[in-house]
Amino acid sequence: MALKRVDAVVVGAGAGGGVVAKELASAGLRVALIERGKWYSAADCRKDDLYNQRTQVLGAKFGPDDERSPRVLVDQDGRETIVVASDGGYSNNAACVGGGTFSYGAMAWRYMEKDFRMRSTYGAVEGSTLEDWPIDYSDLEPYYEKAEWELGVSGDVTNNIFQAPRKKPLPMPPLAPNKEYHILFPAAQRLGLHAFDIPMLRNTVPYNDRGSCMRCRWCVGFACEVSARTGTHNTVIPAALATGNCDLRTECMTKEILLDSQGRATGVAYFDAHGRLQEQPAGLVIVCGGAIESARLLLNTKHRLFSNGLGNRYDWVGRNLQSHSYSGATGLFDYETYDDLGPGASIAICDYNHGNPGLAGGAMLANEFIRLPYQFMAQVPAWVAEWGQEHKEFVRSAFKRTIAIQGPVQEMPLFDARIQIDPKVKDHWGIPVARLSGGRHPHTIQVGRFIAGKAEAWLKEAGAIQTWKRAPGKSLSGGQHQAGTCRMGTDPKTSVVDKNCKLHDVDNVYVIDASVHVTNGGFNPVLTILANAYRASANLLKSWKSSAVNS
Amino acid sequence: MEGRDARIKRRTFLQAGLAATAAGYAISCAKSGAGAWRFFTEAEAQTVEAISAQLIPADRDPGAKEAFVVNYVDIQLTRQFKKHQRAYRQGIAALDAACRAKYGKRFVELPPEAQVEALNALEESSPSFFQLVLAHTRQGFYGDPRHGGNRNMASWRMLGLPYPPIRGRQKYSEPKAG
Repeated sequence: MALKRVDAVVVGAGAGGGVVAKELASAGLRVALIERGKWYSAADCRKDDLYNQRTQVLGAKFGPDDERSPRVLVDQDGRETIVVASDGGYSNNAACVGGGTFSYGAMAWRYMEKDFRMRSTYGAVEGSTLEDWPIDYSDLEPYYEKAEWELGVSGDVTNNIFQAPRKKPLPMPPLAPNKEYHILFPAAQRLGLHAFDIPMLRNTVPYNDRGSCMRCRWCVGFACEVSARTGTHNTVIPAALATGNCDLRTECMTKEILLDSQGRATGVAYFDAHGRLQEQPAGLVIVCGGAIESARLLLNTKHRLFSNGLGNRYDWVGRNLQSHSYSGATGLFDYETYDDLGPGASIAICDYNHGNPGLAGGAMLANEFIRLPYQFMAQVPAWVAEWGQEHKEFVRSAFKRTIAIQGPVQEMPLFDARIQIDPKVKDHWGIPVARLSGGRHPHTIQVGRFIAGKAEAWLKEAGAIQTWKRAPGKSLSGGQHQAGTCRMGTDPKTSVVDKNCKLHDVDNVYVIDASVHVTNGGFNPVLTILANAYRASANLLKSWKSSAVNS
Repeated sequence: MEGRDARIKRRTFLQAGLAATAAGYAISCAKSGAGAWRFFTEAEAQTVEAISAQLIPADRDPGAKEAFVVNYVDIQLTRQFKKHQRAYRQGIAALDAACRAKYGKRFVELPPEAQVEALNALEESSPSFFQLVLAHTRQGFYGDPRHGGNRNMASWRMLGLPYPPIRGRQKYSEPKAG
């Protein structure tokens, strides 16, 4: 049974979908925002170190649950495993209103100019589908600014001489420096590096009717207890609802995009919170499910004209799955570096994002968020015995004496790092699940090793008495920064959407999330997702208003 | 407006947290006395406790045994770790069988040096089961007490982070606005 027609149905209430819903609803369009997860609140901050979105050993607190949404992972040896959200290989982000922005660390980076011109800057990289974006930094700049001011970013990037030109400063000052900042800043200066305060989607002073960060240690992975950390769940989504034009439906799992005989979208079919199949007619369908689920939805949409899935005429949907190859180092100091001042991550450099000899790209480097005791297990170096007295003694003596520095290494896209539809496995609703396969480009690993060395050098200069590095392996890279599976481009034969994020194949279906990223920068991607969503929404509204067909 | 709501919720949360902690202790006491395990047999629980005591031994601070890690594992084996039930049942039986073959005794009956030797052998012969028990032992020791381990916040005290859920909030003044 069909529901009342809306102008636009937005699938997924994360970073991209939140912005799109707000922009369209504010312009007067009637919007249905369909989200498979729940709407959590600050009260859901359980401060549970084993059950959150960062440490998922007892489950992914902000979804999806382990029971209903499996995936299939094909490993490097071709072995297939059915994986659930709390398994490492699942590549989970989140399933809730706000998506990843509900429980992330909230670093709010603008990509640099060269991040949109990777192919032009570095040339072809063998075995990689490395390409330029069809848009420039200058196309996104006004929307980066809009995201920074509308949602609210704090920090101080004036000392970042590598940043692309900006017209306005950040709207909020940084938090007061923590102890790690005081240790790392002078060391960076001695090395000739340009350290500065990390920009974050985090209130440091009252902003947008929400208070400021209380600096607890339960940040990344947790709900913010005072709602000082900023996501789409406490900014643009409430704003979309306040227009009266947006209907948010949670716990609704989209099954497929509905198409008429000509192959034009007429809406979506979804299972509502009670498991009933609903049809939502709409003039526009905007897919914002994240790189894995967006690709899955397109591939699960079959039609006489699109036998391999919507937008997949040339077999590019689901390809080029990428994320970030976090690389860095941990340093042990002979005094306490731990001051219990959250969020912990405070200082960064962009000296190694580009211009690294013989390498394509690089990464921003920043100190890590506070490590909770169980999380500290991952910081113990390989030379310490894995168990017994030696391990316990190391944890006891080192827990408050380490600093970790790491960076999101920009990855070389691979055509075979991909999402497909699994031919056998279905989820709770009977929808075929995503099948993940492929690996990591060797050059990405090479850049990762270089970046880890730079992190180590910074720690040594800061006085670390011992250091140990962390470099990426060969396995598929996905997870929270997942991107790339519906590439934006001008050529329909080598991309999925055009520069306005509209499918090449169908004129009323859009993909607006990190799926469209051609490359993913050497930075946390959220501000770029938000900015691109503002940009794509603006362009969409222009064509909507000029179109006589819609009303 | 939201600020007031948040503060009320915070208070509610605090109370709920304390209640949960108290309940956690109640469970712990009942279990340690009665020996009514959820998944383990009494003998299996003894073996897992003895393994955990070698993985994270007691010294001037409590170890995994004192922190009641076996309670954490037992609880989770009926919840999140259901899929590992077989691995535990078979893994423990295999370990005890290996110990009987080599030493003529169960794992728990061995002297400490022989237990370490047996665990080194287990790490070699059944790496996936060994890593599973190691991961669960670390979680039960270093993780939140609400899940049945880390009794009296033993590891958090050891690391100088007493009462993390409460202290993280009280250390800082209330946000001024919002």
